[in-house]
Amino acid sequence: MNKNLERLYNGLWKENPTFVLMLGMCPTLAVTTSAINGIGMGLSTTVVLVLSNMMISALRNLIPDRVRMPAFIVVVASFVTIVQFLMEGYTPSLYSSLGIYIPLIVVNCIILGRAESYASKNPIIPSMFDGIGMGLGFTVGLTLIGIVREILGNGSVFGAVITPLNDFHISLFGLAPGAFIVLGFLVAIMNVVRRNMEAKGKPLPAVQGCLGGDCAGCSLSSACTGKSLVHHVEQLPPVDPKDVAKPASEAPSVKHTANAKNTEDVEKSGSDSSYADDKEVGKGENK
Amino acid sequence: MSDLLKVSSSPHVRAKDDTSRIMLYVILALLPTTIFGIVNFGLKALLLVCVCIATCVASEYLFEKAVGKKSTIKDLSAVVTGLLLGLNLPYTVPVWQAILGSIFAIVVVKMLFGGLGQNFMNPALGGRAFMVISFAATMTHFEYDGVSGATPLQLLKSGEMVNTFDMLIGRTAGTIGETSALCILIGAIILILLGVIDLVIPGVYILSFVIFITLFGGHGLDSTYIVAHLCGGGLMLGAFFMATDYVTSPITPLGKVIFGICLGVLTGLFRIFGNSAEGVSFAIIFSNLLVPLIERVTVPRAFGIVKEQKPKEVKANE
Repeated sequence: MNKNLERLYNGLWKENPTFVLMLGMCPTLAVTTSAINGIGMGLSTTVVLVLSNMMISALRNLIPDRVRMPAFIVVVASFVTIVQFLMEGYTPSLYSSLGIYIPLIVVNCIILGRAESYASKNPIIPSMFDGIGMGLGFTVGLTLIGIVREILGNGSVFGAVITPLNDFHISLFGLAPGAFIVLGFLVAIMNVVRRNMEAKGKPLPAVQGCLGGDCAGCSLSSACTGKSLVHHVEQLPPVDPKDVAKPASEAPSVKHTANAKNTEDVEKSGSDSSYADDKEVGKGENK
Repeated sequence: MSDLLKVSSSPHVRAKDDTSRIMLYVILALLPTTIFGIVNFGLKALLLVCVCIATCVASEYLFEKAVGKKSTIKDLSAVVTGLLLGLNLPYTVPVWQAILGSIFAIVVVKMLFGGLGQNFMNPALGGRAFMVISFAATMTHFEYDGVSGATPLQLLKSGEMVNTFDMLIGRTAGTIGETSALCILIGAIILILLGVIDLVIPGVYILSFVIFITLFGGHGLDSTYIVAHLCGGGLMLGAFFMATDYVTSPITPLGKVIFGICLGVLTGLFRIFGNSAEGVSFAIIFSNLLVPLIERVTVPRAFGIVKEQKPKEVKANE
């Protein structure tokens, strides 16, 4: 159960997809003209994310590694189609204001990222919580951006007009540049809060996952090229001052094997993108 | 002379120029335009210009205080930004909009990118662009003598004739500082005599613009039309005071020429084929963005150095 809570925390704060990982920027910038749009987009993505995470996790031992991407897309696209029809039927106004961005959830990189880096390697229940955490993190991010943009650009919150702001609309915030500016300021605020928390002695795990060496929990791992490097550099035995001081008898051979292993792995991951590496990880987990 | 000579390692001869002195020269050169604008449009114009300057200086001071940087308001660059922004507004703009525009110019365009010398576009024009997009209604509403009317450029665009003498003097509708071509030229001459700007960028800008409207303006070499286009709108103000901004214009000789041509062609495109009658500020902003590229391709060859042979491309391992 603890692990599930950790997944929720991870999605909402530590690796918030909007403010930390910067994933899914297309819907983030395009549909957040109002708070309602932000919530609608966030929740529909959450539903797809949870369902696809569970489905992919359930199928993780059946999907061959070589064709996992098309398989993931098929799963995601099926759920998106269901969500799309449901929204068209029950929330037609939201459906029309989100427009093309509903079908585009299929290629949302948060969903593919979670499928690739988490759901395909973990059991169903943690994957579900991972989806909920990531989805809610996305929803919170989009809603925040939507609220700020709606107040500044339109003088209202969730459609309710704020009377004192009637004459003070800044239409830039309803347009795309406003989305970039608001996102930038929110990320800056979040970074300040993060830094303050770290300074207060609550050490937060490294942002961006990658440097922590925990590639399984990192949703960037599918696109990340540097991970094997970081991974193996960290696994290298630390150079002992004694070894350096010793005349070359044992030390060179130890170093040589370590180096060879390192370069070999780097070349492998370099030549075949991340396939070879992931396959090994996958095998290890399947056993 | 003894003041100029220092016993130290090179450089041995130092000029007295520093940022605040150059900014002071620019303010001095803008004075005729500012005074004319205030006389022309009344005290509301004075209020607007003062508000812009005060907000710019205050937001630079407060931002630097908030992030714990050394205060740089003494270099007067914020004053110049505020003054230029104020001169770029119609005098009917509400004060709160001018304040927001000034804050945007300083905080977002200038300070967030690292302060003076790091901004990628002219802060005053960035602030103006923000206001044109956000407050389109007030920013394109012009009055003259209390009567709302079209600017000469808008008249030209709709095919009517304009009085070029009035435009030269500045007795037309427009933003506070753009109407009088004469005052701007006086300021430009001051700047050139003081050695603050050189003529390359404004010269190439105006020349290429004239060529462009002669070719595509539909009036051929009609001198009234060309003079009206030159004196109308922000062309003069932009060419001499904003396109020549040290930070956002190229430093290479060839780069300056390319930059000027970009400006001229873009201004012509926006004015003749665009929706709105004016295009100087967006042309300058857009060209500002091209400056790093322009500088990269126009690095001059240092004397005595043979052009470096391109190293053979090593195949990347990835």
